[in-house]
Amino acid sequence: MVRDTSQEEPAIRFQDVNKSFGDHVVLDQLNFTVNKGDRVTLIGPSGSGKTTILRLVMTLEELTGGYIFIDGQPLTHDLRDGRRVELKEKHRNEVRKRIGMVFQQFNLFPNMTVIENIIEAPVHVLKVPKSQAITRARELLDKVGLADKEHAHPLELSGGQQQRVAIARALAMDPEILLLDEVTSALDPEIVGEVLEVLREVARTTDITMLIVTHEMQFARDVSNRVLMFDSGSIVEEASPEVMFTQPTEQRTRDFLAAVLGD
Amino acid sequence: MSEHLIKLRDAWPQILDGIGITLVLTVGGAALALVVAIALGLLARFDNILLRGTARVFIEFFRGTSLVVQLFWLYFVLPRFGVELSAIAVGIFALGLNYGAYGAEVVRGSLNSVPAGQWEATTALSLSRTQRMWRVIFPQAWALMIPSLTNLLIQLLKGTAIVSIIAMADLTFMIDKLRQDTDTFFAYTVGLLLYFALASLLTLGMNALEIRAKHKLGRGDSLRSALSFSSSASRAGKGVA
Amino acid sequence: MNSRPLWDWDAAWEVLPLLLEAFITVTLYVTVVSSFIAAVLGLVLAIARRSSPRPISALIGLVSNVIRMTPIVVQLLFAYYIFLDAEPLLIGVIIFGIHYATYMSEVYRAGIDAVPAGQWEAATALSMSRRRTWGAVIVPQALRATVPALGNYVISMFKDTPFLIAITVTEVVRAAQTYGGNHFTYIEAITLTGLIFLLSSYPTSLLIGRLEKRLAYTN
Repeated sequence: MVRDTSQEEPAIRFQDVNKSFGDHVVLDQLNFTVNKGDRVTLIGPSGSGKTTILRLVMTLEELTGGYIFIDGQPLTHDLRDGRRVELKEKHRNEVRKRIGMVFQQFNLFPNMTVIENIIEAPVHVLKVPKSQAITRARELLDKVGLADKEHAHPLELSGGQQQRVAIARALAMDPEILLLDEVTSALDPEIVGEVLEVLREVARTTDITMLIVTHEMQFARDVSNRVLMFDSGSIVEEASPEVMFTQPTEQRTRDFLAAVLGD
Repeated sequence: MSEHLIKLRDAWPQILDGIGITLVLTVGGAALALVVAIALGLLARFDNILLRGTARVFIEFFRGTSLVVQLFWLYFVLPRFGVELSAIAVGIFALGLNYGAYGAEVVRGSLNSVPAGQWEATTALSLSRTQRMWRVIFPQAWALMIPSLTNLLIQLLKGTAIVSIIAMADLTFMIDKLRQDTDTFFAYTVGLLLYFALASLLTLGMNALEIRAKHKLGRGDSLRSALSFSSSASRAGKGVA
Repeated sequence: MNSRPLWDWDAAWEVLPLLLEAFITVTLYVTVVSSFIAAVLGLVLAIARRSSPRPISALIGLVSNVIRMTPIVVQLLFAYYIFLDAEPLLIGVIIFGIHYATYMSEVYRAGIDAVPAGQWEAATALSMSRRRTWGAVIVPQALRATVPALGNYVISMFKDTPFLIAITVTEVVRAAQTYGGNHFTYIEAITLTGLIFLLSSYPTSLLIGRLEKRLAYTN
C-alpha cells in the first residue's frame, strides 16, 4: 500500500460511501472532501444522514460500502489488488488518534474527575508524561472557563459545563480533525451560548479541521467556510455560508432553512 | 435455660472455630466466584463464537447442575482422576464455581447496562480494548453489579452449610454438637441467629462498598458522611435462579 | 491405579432407573408441592405485611428476613430434630415451602407496590371493601408481572432440593451417593445426577426467560 501523503491530501475524503441499516439506506454513493483547516457544517432534516457521517469518520459505525481517507490514509477499508479489504483494529486506532469528537450527550466518564477525564487519553494513549498532561489540561480548562472545576465530578456540573469539559477533553488529544455532533442539542437554551462561545474561540485560535452537525444556524454561519445541505443520504447543495443562508439555489434547501429559521 | 447458657459459654471457642471455617469457605468461595464471574462474564460478551460459546457452556453447566452435585463430584469422583483435594478446597471450589456462574450473568448484564455513549467516547479517545474495559467501563459496571453480588454472597454463605456433610467442622456442625449438650430449640436458635448476624455483617460491608462505588461515580454521599448517621438498612438477600 | 474402567456403562444403566425414581418421587414432588405452599404463603405474607398495623408488619418482616438470610440446611435440621416423629420428607416439603415463601413474598410485594396509587384511590372512591379491593383490583394486577420471578425461584428451589440429604431424605443425589458407596464407583451415578439436573433446569429457565421478554413487551 503506497499512498501519497503530501500536502495536497484532503483531511477527509469520502469515496463512494454507502451506509445502510438493514434495508434502510442512509448514505447513498456519497463523495465529498474536507480540506485541511476547513470548517464544514452539515445541515439538513433529521434522518438525512448527517450524524451518520460523523459517526463513520469516528469509526462508531461500520461502512457498508466505499472508502474513507483521513489525510490520504484509508480509515477502515482499503482497495488492494482490486479487492475491498477491511483494515485491522490496530491500523484504525492509529488513524483514529488524529480525530476527536464531541458528543450530543457529552459522554464524560463519571468514574473520573474533570481533570482525570481530560488527561486519560493523553497519558494512556499518547503516553504523554502525567505532569505535562496535567499542565496542558489546566490550560484547556482555563480556556473553556472551568479552571476552578478540575476536581469536580462530571455529574456535579451543569450540562453546559459538562460539554465544555468534553470539548477540553477532545482538544487535549491535539486532534487534526474535530467532529462536533449536535453539541448543543441536549442543553437548555440559556446555556447554549456559553458552549458556542468556547467553540468560536477554538475556531478562531486553532487551525483544526472541523466537521460540524448543528441546528444553530448563526453558529454555522460564524465558524464555517463551507456548508453542505443533505437530504435522504445525498448532498443537495454546497455553498459558502453567506450564499447558503441568503440565496440557496435548491428548493429543498430553501424549504429546510425556512422551517428551521422560522421565516 | 441458664445451664444452657453455661454450656454455650463452654462450647463458645469451638463455635468460633466453626464460624472461622464457615468464613473461610465464604470468603474463599466468594473470591473464586468473583474471578470466575468476571472471567466468564467478559468472555460471554466476545464476538468470537468459540470464546462466547465456551463461556456459555461453563455458565449453564455450573448453574444447571446444582451445588450439591458439584460438591459430590469434586469430593467423590475427582479422586478417580488422581486429584485429591482437601475437604475445604472441595468446598471452596464447588461454591466458587457454582456462584461464579451465577455471578457471570450479573457481570455480563452490568457491562451491557453501561450506556453506549461511554463506549463511544472511549473509541473517540482511541483507548485500547483493555484500557476501555478496565479504566472506563468496568468501574461504572461495578457500581451496578454490587447489589446483585450482595445477594449472591448471602446465597453463598447459606450454601456453605451443606459442606458439613463432607465432614467439615463448620458452624452448622458445631451447632449440632451444641444440640447434643443442650437441646434442639436452644442450639438451633443460637445457630440461626449466628448465621443471621454473619449475613447482616456481610450485607453491611457490601452496602458500604456500594456507597463508595456510587460516590466515585459522583452519585450519593461519601462513605464517611453516610456512616456518620449510620442508617444502613440491611438489605435482604434476594435470590436468583 | 484402578483396574476398573473410568466409565462403566453397565453401572450407568443400572443406576439410572434408581436415580429417575428418586428424582420423580422426591425431587420433583418436593419442588411441586413446596412451590405451591411458597406461592400461597408468600402472597399471604405480602398482603399481611401491607395491611397489618406497623408493629405486626415489622415483626413479619424481621422473621422473614431471618428465614431468608439463614441456611435452609440449618432450618431443615432444626425442624428435623424438633419433630423427630414426623416423616423427613414432610418436614422437607414444609421447610422448603416456608423458606421460599419469604422470597416469593418479596416478589409479590414489589408487584403490589407497582400497582399505581390511583387504583387504590379508585377502589376507595367506589366504596369497595378491603377484601374486594385486594381480591378484584390489586392482586390480579400485581400477579401478572410476578410470574417470571416466581418461576425463577421455583428453579432455584429445584436446584436446592439436594439439601434434603442433611435430613436423610433419599432425593436423587442421596440415591446416587448410596449407589456409589455400595458399588465403590461414584462417577456414573453422580455424573448422571448432574445431567438430570441440567436437562431439566436449563430448558425451564429458557422458557421463563422467554416469558419474561414477552411480558416486558406487552407491558
